[in-house]
Amino acid sequence: MSVATRTINFTLNGAPVSATIAPHHTLLEVVRDTFGLNGARESCGQGLCGCCTLMVNGQSVSGCLSLAAFADGATVTTVENLAVDGKLSPLQTAFIECGAFQCGFCTSGFLLMATELLASNPKPTEGEIRNHLSGNLCRCATYPEVMRAVQLAAERMA
Amino acid sequence: MDTKVSPDQVIDAQQVGRSVPRMEGAAKVTGRAEYIHNLRLPGVLHGKVFRSRIAHGRILSIDTSAARAVAGVHSVVTGEDIRRIIPEPYYGPAFHDQPILALDKVRYVGEPVAAVLAADPHVAEYAAGLITAEYEELPAVFNEVEAATSSVYVHDELKPAITFPDLKHLKGKRNTNVALDYKLRRGDVAAAFASAAHVFEHEFHTQHIMHTPFEPFVALAEPLDDSVTIHTSSQMPAYVRLEIARLLGWPENKVRARTAYLGGGFGAKVYVKIEPLVVALALLARRPVKMSLTMEEQFYVIGKHATTFRIKSAITADGRIAARKCEVFWNGGAYADIGPRVSQKSGFTSTGPYQIECAEIDSAEIYTNLPPAGAFRGFGIPQLVWAYESHTDIIARALKIDPLEFRRRNILHDGQEHPTGTVMRDAEFDEVLVRIAARMGWDQPFDRGTGTKRRGRGIAIGVKASIAPTTSFALVNVSADGSAVLFCNTIDMGQASNTANAQLVAEVLGIAAERVKVTQADTDVTPFDMGTLGSRSMFHMGHAVRLAAEHARTQLEALCAEGGITYSGEQSVAQGFRKKFGMQAGNIFGVGHYTSRYQAADPVTGMSKEVTPFWMIGGAGIELEVDTETGHVTILRMVNVVDAGRAINPRVVETQISGAALMQMGQTMTEEMIFTSAGELTNPSLAYYKIPGIHDIPASIENEAVEAETRNGPFGSKGVGESGTFGVSPAIANAIDDAVGVRLYSLPLTPESIYRAICAARGEPLED
Repeated sequence: MSVATRTINFTLNGAPVSATIAPHHTLLEVVRDTFGLNGARESCGQGLCGCCTLMVNGQSVSGCLSLAAFADGATVTTVENLAVDGKLSPLQTAFIECGAFQCGFCTSGFLLMATELLASNPKPTEGEIRNHLSGNLCRCATYPEVMRAVQLAAERMA
Repeated sequence: MDTKVSPDQVIDAQQVGRSVPRMEGAAKVTGRAEYIHNLRLPGVLHGKVFRSRIAHGRILSIDTSAARAVAGVHSVVTGEDIRRIIPEPYYGPAFHDQPILALDKVRYVGEPVAAVLAADPHVAEYAAGLITAEYEELPAVFNEVEAATSSVYVHDELKPAITFPDLKHLKGKRNTNVALDYKLRRGDVAAAFASAAHVFEHEFHTQHIMHTPFEPFVALAEPLDDSVTIHTSSQMPAYVRLEIARLLGWPENKVRARTAYLGGGFGAKVYVKIEPLVVALALLARRPVKMSLTMEEQFYVIGKHATTFRIKSAITADGRIAARKCEVFWNGGAYADIGPRVSQKSGFTSTGPYQIECAEIDSAEIYTNLPPAGAFRGFGIPQLVWAYESHTDIIARALKIDPLEFRRRNILHDGQEHPTGTVMRDAEFDEVLVRIAARMGWDQPFDRGTGTKRRGRGIAIGVKASIAPTTSFALVNVSADGSAVLFCNTIDMGQASNTANAQLVAEVLGIAAERVKVTQADTDVTPFDMGTLGSRSMFHMGHAVRLAAEHARTQLEALCAEGGITYSGEQSVAQGFRKKFGMQAGNIFGVGHYTSRYQAADPVTGMSKEVTPFWMIGGAGIELEVDTETGHVTILRMVNVVDAGRAINPRVVETQISGAALMQMGQTMTEEMIFTSAGELTNPSLAYYKIPGIHDIPASIENEAVEAETRNGPFGSKGVGESGTFGVSPAIANAIDDAVGVRLYSLPLTPESIYRAICAARGEPLED
């Protein structure tokens, strides 16, 4: 199991950082264990549930399947970056108001995906919301509330 | 706690019945909510498990040498090693039947056999893969009906725990797989069948299911000088403490169990699961040990009982149910867990929410060589409702009575006696049916589709008793500035119990709910509670919290009066403390506890005048479309109506109803643990075990809690976490029958099973 380590440099939530990693380390492990950002979580471990969603160079990825080595030089953002100076984003506020979560374990992934959607499509149809969030699972099944929250945030941001 | 709400802003405004936003909302949307999943401790070792690959066998040898040789491995532990610190390493709430690691025998594929500890979890995982074991394979038994009479025995001898009196008679019993045999005998069933105008008899099946909480089982044990702390994602910290103390032979106060928010539970995280192993590993290693199971491993810990339910009804000429016989076989897997309680507490409602004078129930928990089955949202009720409401629909259709009318003709009303002998109180069955029908426009013409797209609709209703007798304690601590903290062991796993409990404290103290803080459970400080399961908390803990807050208020009023102040919430209390102690100092503790009433079932008849402190009622109405060329079903509309008493937090109640119903929809349509003939699970992964995603959600969902009050409940409320599950499965099957005239007897209702039934119905059955 002895493996060569290397150092990667990347931008994490706006700040330059570096980390010493092994080839098998995922970006999720690095974000969590090296930098203590716990919003992204491993659940299914197969890129199927979306709990580990991270943004890399502006694109959503499954953190549990993304090798950390490929993040060298990249810009990485996490759910912790959505609120600015303690002020929640319109989506975060809408999630609270609509009760769009129960246990909350999958919520970070839904928020990042919905943020990504509204950034490129400020007035999504119901079908477009469903399509964009189809890679995120919620075992508490708060999907109807998530739909309403995304619609509410879109209205407010218009 | 929201400190932005002023201390006197909402005084005297009603806190109960208000849709207070979840207290932990901001923490959950910023990714900062605490889960045990996130916990890291210095010096921690990670444990990874080597599991059995056969379903039943005697352990001949376990070779751990290759694993021990891996650089970075701290140690490898087998069942025999655990005996060094726990001589009798068997646990379980109903039976002390489950070894912490396999001893002598393995009893299912996936059973933990050995564990590797390493500082790097990847090293531990790699090394666990190098362990091998040799077994003398034994014949295995998997089907619950076969196992009931098989000569293959999963356990040599039954070892009931002392907890449940109705299991005592099984102590020392050999040559059986029956871990509980509940019987109800009421009235002259034989005579009722002999004189019946119609007799209907069917057999229904449900499949193995896993809860798949998204925070997989995780626990971290921290050995201290002469005690141990267990950080665990558990629905039952008080039981974790009790059971670990029993295993170690320690007093309870040397074991501390604490939790954080749970990333889902759904019944998976009740009693103890991985905690005994994590504690044993930590005590052996004398280091903190964390185990985080993978999603795959979760399937080998606990699941939902597969069942076979044989149901037979005697119907009178005027369409009344005169008698019903129920025979239920619960596939409990290799270890009993809380399965025997499921088969009893649910079993006694097997006849459904109907007026039935003569009834016979046999409900048996059966050991098999499959992963253990235990509690799962509904505690066995969804399996029963699936059968009795499919059966009820078949009867109504055969007799050409409208399914709604047939149900209303037979439904129980307040003051009537349930077949168990308990009189119905505050149970709005008829109103639930009426509201489902009204929302669906049941008496209106219905578009039945054309060509290959056929539409149908169906309804169903179910009932559940609460787990009784059980006890909850609560403590309200008011600080000298007048702010209040609630200490209780009810676990917020997404059902917003912290928010609801804060509302109860606030209502009694006359302050805003947002001002009340609720601690996470920590058995060193939070008082006893039986556990967060079976929708018991709103009722039991609700009472305890109400009483604790009332106790605090009495003292607060006295404190104010002593200082000549009129009690008016936090600021008056702060003045009272300053007057009494000369500065901002002191505390007032309010304590409360509640135990539900219960009368044990008569050992001969199985009847009791008091089986439950309250009844949960849930019904569903479904409109769907079946593609007759593929068997594919599209649910167009889902109506969920429950009696939840008075809602403490209406928005949370609606989310509970909706979430429960959608979860049950997944179990109806797609979810199934599929085993080979050797008992190997083929699909322990979200890739092949399909839970609902956002595309599976019906276009229209309506949820309603009927106007109701639970007169013996705290502020008129009762539990609601499970009621939304009850009616869903049979309502879907009934709607499929309504659409295409075929009846399905086994879950899940896959396109293949529907298409096969359609082909068979037109006389062109498909080959297997």
